[in-house]
Amino acid sequence: MTPRRPDAIVIGAGIVGAACAEALARDGWQVVVLDQEMAGGGATAAAMGHLVVMDDSPAQLALTSYSVRLWRERMNELPPAVELLESGTLWIAADPDQMQLVRTKRDAYRAAGVESSVIDGDELARLEPALRPGLAGALLVPDDAVVYPPAAARWLLDRAIEFGAEVREGVRVTALDLRRVRTTGGTIEAELIVNAAGGHAAALVPDLPIVPRKGHLVITDRYPGSCRHQLVELGYLASAHAFSAASVAFNVQPRITGQLLIGSSRELAGWDATHNREIVRQMVARAESFLPALRTMHAHRVWSGFRPATRDGLPLIGPWPGDPGLWIAAGHEGLGVTASLGTARLIADMAAGREPAIDPAAYAPARALAGNGVVHA
Amino acid sequence: MPDECRLRINGRDAVVAAGSSVIAAIMAAGTYATRRSVGGEPRGPVCGMGVCQECRVTIDGVPHRRACMEIVSDGMDVRTDP
Repeated sequence: MTPRRPDAIVIGAGIVGAACAEALARDGWQVVVLDQEMAGGGATAAAMGHLVVMDDSPAQLALTSYSVRLWRERMNELPPAVELLESGTLWIAADPDQMQLVRTKRDAYRAAGVESSVIDGDELARLEPALRPGLAGALLVPDDAVVYPPAAARWLLDRAIEFGAEVREGVRVTALDLRRVRTTGGTIEAELIVNAAGGHAAALVPDLPIVPRKGHLVITDRYPGSCRHQLVELGYLASAHAFSAASVAFNVQPRITGQLLIGSSRELAGWDATHNREIVRQMVARAESFLPALRTMHAHRVWSGFRPATRDGLPLIGPWPGDPGLWIAAGHEGLGVTASLGTARLIADMAAGREPAIDPAAYAPARALAGNGVVHA
Repeated sequence: MPDECRLRINGRDAVVAAGSSVIAAIMAAGTYATRRSVGGEPRGPVCGMGVCQECRVTIDGVPHRRACMEIVSDGMDVRTDP
């Protein structure tokens, strides 16, 4: 029996490609997912897996709140390998001045329908005794959570396969033509092509303003009970927002094993994966200043990864102008795992001609061609 | 007669020859499993030379110390992961 010609090709089997494949397959598209290496092996494998509502911009708040809601709806479906931890997030205010930022953030989250509460220093110390004394307080966002990203991508791909999708690993796309992809495994035609290649998306569509933004993570040995919530300093937003400056910010995550995942760092270093010892030292020092107990813990491993970053901090989700059938779903920087489900819904809704649940205008790939200063390699 | 060392393993008194490794003391006390995998399965020492990480126990309150690489001392408190 000859294989059916696919209706849709998804390029990239990372968390975003996997989510798009699943959403399209559920909608009845015959989907083929291509990945140049191992599914979930790119930025997805290096990621923290923090499902987090973030408000660096209204459009980011809309996409992340929509996406976290979608994750919450499916939490009871996730297999154990996905290592779901309903940790919530604590956005830490180091000093009293920052408490105003906490209150503003609570108001923004409330307007977006996201539950959060302002916590004072005493309550923060009760919730997380390992934090250094004297912190002013925090915003508690209870519905945020943690997953293990490569397993989450695998789960989505398995769901897509149940709906008839096919996944081909070790197949690299070499060029895109009109409704056709050329690959190392032959040429495939399809009605719809989704470029979900993350940091490599611009290799196929050169005008895409997506560049690699390197980060490091350190994982510790198991210390169960040391930390219950994902702990992020308010300054994390500024670190993520800046584009070219190298920076670190306090961001520590408990995993269900009791290991702690320590982040975060950002720098532009092309695709050089060599560990930057100085920035790792700064990142760990900052983490230790918030969590002194880290000083006596064992670090198991350090790794680096590349967030697919855009200058305006928003992903590109939607049709690519001038190329019928070509869609972009890439450029999520540090929010790929979070925003994967919302991105997939936007793509599936727009491809089917349905009105999406949130306004997709802010993520339009067309803005990269608009000459409005958003685009720069 | 060799010197003896008195220590506690999982809350029980133990006496071993001075100079023994902690893992030797643990095994002499009748325990082979030192820790549990993420999935809850018992694990015990394999390499005996500080590489495999399976012999990790808590010594004097400090977790993740390799029992094969530590020598017993008087009053030492050793806990395996049950």
